[in-house]
Amino acid sequence: MSIPDDHTLTETGVTASGRGRILLIACGALAREILDLKAANGWQHMDLTCLPAQLHLYPDKITQAVRNSVAKHRTAYESIFVVYADCGTGGHLQAACKDMGVEMVSGPHCYSFFEGNEKFAKQSESEITTFYLTDFLVRQFDAFIVKPMGLDRHPELRDMYFGNYEKLVYQAQTEDPSLTKKAQAAAQRLGLKFERRFTGYGDLQTALDTL
Amino acid sequence: MSEEDDIILSELDDEELVQQMFDDLYDGLKEEIEEGVNILLERGWAPYDILTKALVGGMTIVGADFRDGILFVPEVLLAANAMKGGMFILKPLLAETGAPRVGKMVIGTVKGDIHDIGKNLVAMMMEGAGFEVVDLGINNPVENYLEAMEAEGPDIVGMSALLTTTMPYMKVVIDTMVEKGIRDDYIVLVGGAPLNEEFGKAIGADAYCRDAAVAVETAKEFVARKHNQMSA
Repeated sequence: MSIPDDHTLTETGVTASGRGRILLIACGALAREILDLKAANGWQHMDLTCLPAQLHLYPDKITQAVRNSVAKHRTAYESIFVVYADCGTGGHLQAACKDMGVEMVSGPHCYSFFEGNEKFAKQSESEITTFYLTDFLVRQFDAFIVKPMGLDRHPELRDMYFGNYEKLVYQAQTEDPSLTKKAQAAAQRLGLKFERRFTGYGDLQTALDTL
Repeated sequence: MSEEDDIILSELDDEELVQQMFDDLYDGLKEEIEEGVNILLERGWAPYDILTKALVGGMTIVGADFRDGILFVPEVLLAANAMKGGMFILKPLLAETGAPRVGKMVIGTVKGDIHDIGKNLVAMMMEGAGFEVVDLGINNPVENYLEAMEAEGPDIVGMSALLTTTMPYMKVVIDTMVEKGIRDDYIVLVGGAPLNEEFGKAIGADAYCRDAAVAVETAKEFVARKHNQMSA
């Protein structure tokens, strides 16, 4: 499966190929990472479908969208694994997965599982003023941060959103100097200090490895 | 020059001016709101009337359109900023003129959470509705709430959280209140994006408020109920 462009991942997601016994229902923001892991590990038994990444702008819609996708694909696969963390659903996604009898990635959000849930939880108290970006969010900074927050039209709102933050941590999943440069520019635009932290795929890899 | 630029606020009669202030608030025009407030003050309006009829009236429309998906967060923030400009002029005058006080609220974002946009909106709308608001700011451990309850004697304790990871801390605060035998002395309202009614009930809050307008209505209702109980 070739990697769709970021715009497609944000707006429409990815359609399953129909090959494989396990279906991963994932957030569009994780498609590249999952396809990369799949290729690197030869996980032919897994198929992937992604919901539009922009669902993250409306977390209350994620649970129902996952429910719909599970219902749609249930009979075509041996099992289904949901590649979302809680992602702002307030425990609803986890409850829905339990209800449907499907497993999901653990953790509060992708920043946590990329870093490693345990490590992230330990350092969370000392990092409450940190704003995180992943590879996907760096590439889609305008679509997920600048435009929905209206910073393109009203840059004066920046401090209302980010005034309590101090630092932007770019959690790099891959080694890509151009993304680091973009992340640095993002930090500057938000008026935050910058730190790059290589995480790789963290607990995402561990979770998929068990399937 | 656009048609809107031609409107001279001071030439409008009171009704037209209030209507124009609704529009200006909707469009987040802070300077125009400040000008409108000053004009109404010069015309002898009571500060409390300006607050409730022009500013809160306008923000109520903004709140309803936000709820209906017509307006989005940036527009609400701009409108709030404009209202803040008007409130800044009115606040000292409200104190001087002895505006009615509906009740008192202590509000803060819970420990581990620095997000305050929703909390600030609630605080502002509560003030607009005649509540005295003590804002504890962000990242509040249970001790901050307890100290404020003791020192301020509020009717309402408000807690806000934006993160799934920080919202359980609200239960820590409520459980501590229960342990100390003071839970029933206060109305506890909670809010924040990942919360819901079910969560509010589960942690023992009196109510979950999905937005600032609901928070104001819920607060009024509970305070009235509390006063009725006290006078019964």
